[in-house]
Amino acid sequence: MKTTGILLTGVGGQGIILISKILTIGLADMGFEVKMSEIHGMSQRGGTVNTQLKYGQRVFSPTIGPGEADMIVSFEKSEALRALPYLKKGGTIVTDEKEIFSMPVLTGTAEYPHRALEALELAGCSVKRVPAAAIAEELGNGKVQNIVLLGALVKALGFSGSADWLAILRSNVPQKLVDINISAYEKGAAL
Amino acid sequence: MDKQIISGDEAVARGAWEAGVRVAAAYPGTPSTEILENLSLFKDDVYVQWACNEKVAFEIAAGAAIGGVRSLAAMKHVGMNVAADPMFTLAYTGVNAGFVVVTADDPGCHSSQNEQDNRWYALHAKCLMLEPSDSAECRDFTIAAFELSEKYDIPVILRMTTRVCHSKSLVQLGQRQAPPVKTYEGNAQKYAMLPANARPRHAYVEENLARLEEVSSSSPLNRVEWGTDTKIGVISSGISYMYAKDAFGPEASYLKLGFTNPMPKSLIRDFCSRVDKVCIVEEGDGFIEYAVKALGIECTGKDVVPRLGELDSQTVALAFGLAEKPQVYSADAAAPARPPVLCAGCPHRGFYFALRSRRAKIAPVGDIGCYSLGCLPPFNGFDAALCMGSGWSSTIGLAKALKAQNDERKVLGLLGDSTFFHSGITGLIDVVHSNSDVILCLLDNSITAMTGHQDHPGTSGNLMGETVTPVDPLAIISATGLSDERIRIVDPIDQVQMGAALDEAIAASGPFVIICRRPCALLKPVMAANAGIRCVVNTEKCIGCRQCVKTACPSLTFENGKSVIYDPAGCTGCGLCMQQCRFGAIERIGG
Repeated sequence: MKTTGILLTGVGGQGIILISKILTIGLADMGFEVKMSEIHGMSQRGGTVNTQLKYGQRVFSPTIGPGEADMIVSFEKSEALRALPYLKKGGTIVTDEKEIFSMPVLTGTAEYPHRALEALELAGCSVKRVPAAAIAEELGNGKVQNIVLLGALVKALGFSGSADWLAILRSNVPQKLVDINISAYEKGAAL
Repeated sequence: MDKQIISGDEAVARGAWEAGVRVAAAYPGTPSTEILENLSLFKDDVYVQWACNEKVAFEIAAGAAIGGVRSLAAMKHVGMNVAADPMFTLAYTGVNAGFVVVTADDPGCHSSQNEQDNRWYALHAKCLMLEPSDSAECRDFTIAAFELSEKYDIPVILRMTTRVCHSKSLVQLGQRQAPPVKTYEGNAQKYAMLPANARPRHAYVEENLARLEEVSSSSPLNRVEWGTDTKIGVISSGISYMYAKDAFGPEASYLKLGFTNPMPKSLIRDFCSRVDKVCIVEEGDGFIEYAVKALGIECTGKDVVPRLGELDSQTVALAFGLAEKPQVYSADAAAPARPPVLCAGCPHRGFYFALRSRRAKIAPVGDIGCYSLGCLPPFNGFDAALCMGSGWSSTIGLAKALKAQNDERKVLGLLGDSTFFHSGITGLIDVVHSNSDVILCLLDNSITAMTGHQDHPGTSGNLMGETVTPVDPLAIISATGLSDERIRIVDPIDQVQMGAALDEAIAASGPFVIICRRPCALLKPVMAANAGIRCVVNTEKCIGCRQCVKTACPSLTFENGKSVIYDPAGCTGCGLCMQQCRFGAIERIGG
C-alpha cells in the first residue's frame, strides 16, 4: 500500500508536535488517511524529539522504519544528521540551520558537527535549507520557528493550495498569536 | 456526530465518557497520563482523581464499580504491578457496574524501567482483556469493555502500548449514553473475600471464564480477514496487527484479535485449519503464540520475531523474509549524543552538584522521576534504581550489605515528592523502625514533574479543580517519631545549606532525612516570578577556570576560553553557576 512518510525531528520545546498536528489535520482535510505518532516523556527534557506522520489512501502502521521516510523535517542541524538513516533513497531533507548544543557539547566532551548539512549533501541527499529560526527571530518571536518550517514544508510537499492551512493554523494557535503565526507561515511558504 | 483526529489516550477518555463512566482514577505515568487528563475535561459528568498510586487508583475505581457506577482506572505497565493486589481479587468478587483498568505498556522503554508485557496479567488475574490497534478502536473497545464487564460481571483490562496511546488517527465520536446507577446492596458473600466466601467465588470465576471463551470466539472484536489466498495466515493484535498488514500485504489472511483473554480458541482452531502456514506477529512476549501452541497448532512467531524493543513494519517483514533491508544514506559526520537533561534552573541540579563532591563517602540509591536523569554523566548521581519507592526502602538492605563487606560508605536514598506519596512513606517508616543508618533525601519540587505537572496530595489543587489542604511531607516524616535534629529542610540550589545538610547527615548515625525543597522551575508561578531574572558572565572577570560549567546547566557553556550564558532565554537566574565562581564573574540581573 503506497503511503508517504514524514519524519519531523528536533529538540524538546521547539513546537514539533504542534506543526505535526496542523499537518495531520490538513492532510486529512485533503482526503488522505493520516496517522501521526509521537513520543513523550523523558525525551522532552532537552533530548531529541521525533514525530512520525504517514498518509495515503490507506495507512496501517503509524511509524517509519530505517530508509522509509520520504521527507525529513529537522528543526535543528545536527538532528537532521541523526535522522539520516531513516531517509528513503531519493527522499528530501528540509532543515533549519539552527544549532542547539546538547549537554556533551556544552560541557566540552563532544564536538558539534557545524558542517552537518554539507555532510548530508556529500552523502547525496537533497537538502533544502530553511533559516526558520532566524526568520522567527526577525518576526520578533523565536517560538514561531515551527510555523515557518510548516510553511516551507507544505510548499515542498506541493500542497500549498490543497487545504486551508491558514484556517487550520488560526484554530490551533493562541488567539493573540494568530497574526505572527500567519506571518511566519507565509514567510516559510515564500522561501 | 463529528470525526476527530485524536490520540489513543484521548480516544479511551472519549469512549469511557460515552460509555457513561462516573468515576475515574489514575496515577500519572507515560504513556497513560493523557487518559485521565482528557477525562477531566468531562468533570461535570465524571469524578476524576489523581490517586497516590496505582493501587489506590484501582481501589477507588473498584469501590465505585462495586457501588454501582461505571468506573475506570488507568496506569502505565509497571503501575499495574502496584495495583495487582486488588486486581486479582476483584476478579473473584466481580464488579456490579462496568469496570475497566487500562494498562499502557511501553515496549522500547521510551519512558520506563522495563518492557514488561502486561497481557500475562489478564491470564494470571483471570480478567477479560481487549487490545485496540488504533484510536478508533480505543474508543470502540473502551465502550465494549464497559458493556462486557457489566454483562459478565468481570474486570476488563484494556491493554495499550506506547504507539497506540500516542498515535493519532481519525475517530468517529458519539454521544454519552450513561446507563442508570445500579443499586448497592450489601452482599458479603460476593464482595467480602474471606476464605469461606473466596472459595465459591473462585469456582464462579473459572465457570465464567469457560463461558467467556465462546463469547470471545463469536465476538466482533476478533475478526478474520481472508486474503487473496490462504497460504499464510497471520494472527496478531494491538499495534502489531498494523505492522503485520504492512509486512504481509493483502495476499495473506489475518486473524485480527481484539479480545485476547479468554483467547477465542475455537476461532483460532478454525482459522488455523484453513491456512497452510500460521505466522504470529506480536511485540514483546509470545502471548498469542503460547495460546496457539497450547492448542497443538504449529506456528512461526518468537523464533523469528524479536522479543526486545518495539516492532515496526520493516522489522516484521525482515523477520519473515518478506523484504530486503532498504538502502540508506550514510554521512561522514555524526550527531553528538543528545541525552535528556535536567532543565536550566532545576532544583535537582543543586542536589546532585552537592552530592558529587561527597560521592566517595556515599552510596546513593535513586528512584523514578525527573531526578532519575541525575544518574547520567556528569553527575553519575546514583548506582541503583528499581521502581517507585525503592529509593528509600532499599537503603535498609543495602546498608546491611555494605556493612557485611566493611564498606564504610553511607547509604543515601533519594526520591521525589510525588514518589514519597506514591510509595516512599512505607520505606520511611521501616527505615525509622529498623533504626537504619541511612540518609533519606526528599527531592521536593512541589509537583509530579516528569509526566507534565500533575497535582499530588502535597499540592493545593486537585484534578476536579478544587482547592484542597496540602498534605505536608514534613508532618508525615515527623510523625514517625524522628526528632527534629534528624531532619533538615534546605534549598538545594543553595550550596552552603545543601552541603552542610549532607555533611551533617554523613556524620550522624541512624536515620537522617533531608528535605530538599524548591519548586520545579517550569511551574507557571515560578516562571512568572523568575521572568527577566538571569545570570550574565562578566568576561573581564572570568579567568576560564570552568568551575561553573561543571554544574552541567543547558544554559551555560564555555567558548574561546570564557564561560558564556549559552541560552539567555532559558536561564532562570537560579545562581548555581554563580556560587561556583570565586572571581565574581557571574552576576544575576533583573531580580
